[in-house]
Amino acid sequence: MTEKEITQHEAAADERAMFGFWIYLMTDLLMFSALFAVFAVLRGNTFGGPTGRELFKLPQVLAETIILLTSSFTCGVAMIAARRGNKGQTLLWFFLTGILGLVFLSLEVHEFAGLIHDGHTLSSNAFMSSFFVLVGTHGLHILIGLLWMGITLAYVIKRGLNGPLVRKLAMLSLFWHFLDIVWIFIFTFVYLRAFV
Amino acid sequence: MMYTNLIWMWGHPEVYVLVLPAFGVYSEVVVTFSRKVIASYWSAVLGMIGVSALALSVWLHHFFTMGASVDVDVFFGTMTMVIAVPTSVLVFNWIATMWRGRIRFELPMLWFIGFITIFGIGGMAGVLLAVPPADFQLHNSLFLIAHFHSMVIGGVLFGIFCAVSYWFPKFTGFRLNQRLGRYAFWCWMIGFCLSFIPMYILGLMGAPRRLDHYSASTGWQPFFILMFIGGVVIMTGVVLQIAQIIASFIEKDRLRDTTGDPWGGRSLEWSVPSPVPFYNFTSIPEVSTRDAFWEMKQHEIAKPKYEDIILPKNTAAGIYIAAFGTLACFAFVWNIIWLIVLSIIGIIVVFVMRTFDDHTEYTLTAAEVQKHEEAQLRKLHAAGPVKEYNPDDDMGLRSLVKWLWAYGADVIRNKKWRTR
Repeated sequence: MTEKEITQHEAAADERAMFGFWIYLMTDLLMFSALFAVFAVLRGNTFGGPTGRELFKLPQVLAETIILLTSSFTCGVAMIAARRGNKGQTLLWFFLTGILGLVFLSLEVHEFAGLIHDGHTLSSNAFMSSFFVLVGTHGLHILIGLLWMGITLAYVIKRGLNGPLVRKLAMLSLFWHFLDIVWIFIFTFVYLRAFV
Repeated sequence: MMYTNLIWMWGHPEVYVLVLPAFGVYSEVVVTFSRKVIASYWSAVLGMIGVSALALSVWLHHFFTMGASVDVDVFFGTMTMVIAVPTSVLVFNWIATMWRGRIRFELPMLWFIGFITIFGIGGMAGVLLAVPPADFQLHNSLFLIAHFHSMVIGGVLFGIFCAVSYWFPKFTGFRLNQRLGRYAFWCWMIGFCLSFIPMYILGLMGAPRRLDHYSASTGWQPFFILMFIGGVVIMTGVVLQIAQIIASFIEKDRLRDTTGDPWGGRSLEWSVPSPVPFYNFTSIPEVSTRDAFWEMKQHEIAKPKYEDIILPKNTAAGIYIAAFGTLACFAFVWNIIWLIVLSIIGIIVVFVMRTFDDHTEYTLTAAEVQKHEEAQLRKLHAAGPVKEYNPDDDMGLRSLVKWLWAYGADVIRNKKWRTR
């Protein structure tokens, strides 16, 4: 088998994998849309408890939003470096992305902990259930993204930027941007809308 | 109601997910046994796309009685009636494919014809149920039960039986016993009608589902007795299918498919030997028409050329992930926290090991492919000339019982379990 045929075979495999990943993203979007629909229906059902307007701290959520958007930017820069084959730059920018993601996640955990501490838990009322499930699912995705980033970067350090690893990073970056978009919707429909 | 909405928002597309592969099977089988191209390829494709698209907008018909506004019921009722259109396009397409075809009534074709009959009746009942005022009467009645069993048994289960009897020689290398298969088919068909036609009538008479007793004054008794008899006939069909598989294994050598093309197939899987070699095709075939293998058979079949093939290596990762996933589900159901954590870590570890394994493929060289192919040919020559296959020579029920009796007696008389 010639060198050219092998390259072609690998390019085709790459394309298939990316297509599969897009399909995965779309199914994940379906799940989020169901959760958004549930939240839209249940957001008024507070069972006499406080509404979102009384619970949410907008400055903190704004900080989370800015941090996540910035991490999307650093992720984009990291991908440019990865496609150029610059290992050092790739690691640096992905590392920054990871740190920002971690800060975002700890802010969110802090917010959840505060709510639970004040007695507003998953089982308080339908509004709280749908809130925790929707925002928590997004947070879980961020956590998985961070785990993925850590493992992939460890392999980049070990093996260098080979073809399959660049593909995995490209998928990771797609995933990260996707989470960013979902967060923008959460910011708008869950948090900002509570103050309209 | 939120939960009910969410589950059917997933659940109704799911029933179409069940039946669409069966539609694919029927489309293959009907062209092969009618010895014709499919009547209208594009309307079949558009029909399937239409079904899958509309499937997403009909879920509310499971609970018209929920108490949503009339507008909501009207929308979902209309969409449910509309989805019958692409489905009927498919049904008419299959019927048109049979029209003026030279039909052979082999086992897969019988299952197909059984399907189209039952599915047609069930589908019409479905359109009736889609009308919200009618549904208010028939909701949770036996009419509904008869409807969805017609769709799922007639559509999906018959599709599986059809597919198994059609592709069995391709994946095992020998045919299924057709004679016992026919008996089983007729038991299923007659038993199904005996069970479910009375059920439609009972539903219209007002019998609800899941009832534990009813008054004799309802006059339902005779119908329930008919349904019971139908159930027994279906049971007989199931027993006959098990007998069919046993008989096929007994007569394995006589039923062997030496040509790779037992049905006069039209699609490419029949161009390779049965069972299929692990590398599938020696070289990727060039396809210029539909029913490509049929076209090839009309012309000279090109001499096989051998080339290197890149194949995926075997891996058990999927099995491990599934096992850990099962454990995780079990742990979630029973709230066993440590098991949840353990199995999720297990999934992640296996996944990471697999995804960072860059050597998942290997190359089979042209010389090795040639060696396999020639060994296959030698085996064929050794087997002698191809014998004409006649399904009527298949082992019947009596000879199966006789064979099993003789075999059992032989085992007992000669104490075979000791010598093993």
